[in-house]
Amino acid sequence: MRRYLHVEKGGLLTTIQDQGRFGYQQFGMVVAGAMDAFSHQVANCLVGNSRREATLEITMMGPVLRFGEDIWIALTGADLSPQVAGKAIPMWKSYLVKAGESLSFGKIRDGVRSYLAVAGGFAVEPVMGSRSTYLKAGIGGWKGRALEKGDKLPVGLPSTTECHSRWLAPDQRPHYPKPISLRVVLGPQASSFTEKALHTFLSSSYEITPRSDRMGYRLQGSPLHHRETADILSDATAPGSIQVPADGQPIILMADRQTTGGYGKIATVISTDLPLLAQAAPGQQVTFQSIEVEEAHRLVIEQEHLLRRLEVAGR
Amino acid sequence: MGDMPSIQPVGDTGVRIHFGDQIDPEIHKQIQSYCNALQARNLRGVIEWVPSYTAVTIYYHPYQIDYQSLIRELAKMKKNIQSLSEREVRKVVIPVVYGGEYGPDLVDVAEHNGLTPAEVIEIHSSASYLVYMMGFVPGFPYLGGMSESIATPRLEQPRATIPVGSVGIAGGQTGVYPLETPGGWRLIGRTPLRLYDPHRERPMLLMVGDQITFEPVSMKEYSEREADELKIHKKREQSNELSD
Repeated sequence: MRRYLHVEKGGLLTTIQDQGRFGYQQFGMVVAGAMDAFSHQVANCLVGNSRREATLEITMMGPVLRFGEDIWIALTGADLSPQVAGKAIPMWKSYLVKAGESLSFGKIRDGVRSYLAVAGGFAVEPVMGSRSTYLKAGIGGWKGRALEKGDKLPVGLPSTTECHSRWLAPDQRPHYPKPISLRVVLGPQASSFTEKALHTFLSSSYEITPRSDRMGYRLQGSPLHHRETADILSDATAPGSIQVPADGQPIILMADRQTTGGYGKIATVISTDLPLLAQAAPGQQVTFQSIEVEEAHRLVIEQEHLLRRLEVAGR
Repeated sequence: MGDMPSIQPVGDTGVRIHFGDQIDPEIHKQIQSYCNALQARNLRGVIEWVPSYTAVTIYYHPYQIDYQSLIRELAKMKKNIQSLSEREVRKVVIPVVYGGEYGPDLVDVAEHNGLTPAEVIEIHSSASYLVYMMGFVPGFPYLGGMSESIATPRLEQPRATIPVGSVGIAGGQTGVYPLETPGGWRLIGRTPLRLYDPHRERPMLLMVGDQITFEPVSMKEYSEREADELKIHKKREQSNELSD
């Protein structure tokens, strides 16, 4: 029997995302996937899903979703005041929504992107191995687009039928501090910037501008000057790449980044800090701190241990 | 950047292997061989890689492979690269209707270079082009090998939409549009082939290392090829719906 979520209101930008579309970057295919990969994975674990299942990425103004059947859910990431049948429900904790009840959202309390996992995951057809929505090419997720009123999302069969009191302990939940300090690994084109630019980059504060989206966050602050030119021969980018065009204002590449680009990159935000940036809104201040790649790896491994424990406990 | 180190971290999930400093078929061959070696070696923890004009960037999962072992393996593979056999070069012919409604800028390209439209077509379709890298949008090939005699600067006012399959010139480069996007390229023709179709078994028509030629065709041939492409696309779409 198919289970469904009925979309009564789409919200500002609600899309189906998984961990991303891998294996096609050499053909120019954008990876997409959840902006806050940590919250996305935790949400899945809390309802007994594999971390590879898709969740709903809910941006600032949430949707209204009516549940056709009893379905276990978990909400992680931004706290957008979620309610079921008019009553507030907890973040970072499994919750059973009963058939006929609706999930809605209210005030933005903390962060900007909330992740909704449903036990069984969203049963949409993968495109090129992934359920992630890539809006520009109109593929993946639900019809390649953001949710709209009247959509009927199919939910898969859960691996367990019971998800009582699964939660992420409060001391393990991320905080979304303001201003936000991001750790970076310098390069690969750090040497094409002046000494002064490198010093400015690591010692001053940058503001997130409204021209920020799933593709990239555009920042504004003291300009970073190149020794000669901002242009390089087109080369691969990475999630978190900080590219600097000729105007000296950095752009941090996010989930929907182009696979290749022609601007020099001063540094790359480490993968465990990218989720924090994904929860930051325009107007917030950002500072950068340089670390070695080995230290970044210790943080990844620590986080991976936490996620593995959660995943095993949930199944 | 002559001082570019040969192996560099790209954040904590990427490594960049540097092969040279310019667009050069010899450097490309080394990069091609290196990618073949990566494919054959199938290192645990390596997710995928992206070749560019001068480098290969490898994406990995730091939980599955220790950084020092990864670097050691990648360096060793770079050293042994000469002994690797090259992939046989794949040749792809792209049929193109030049000029008219499908190539509205053909006359401008000819005038800019003091040629007739027929001469532009002759020059563009007699050269062989190499796919150095892909990017910009899914399936877009960065091609090398266009004659300087038909080079033309981009339009000052980019078009809001460029139809799928458009063949264009921007400066000394030529390319084909896989998706409908805005763009400032001078359009000289259009191909019925789909360079990108997410529902096809092989979504991308081209790959890095392919040798490409453009073949002038008539409107009639164009329509026949387009009908074939559409049939394949429709079939795929249907089978995708059935499996839902």
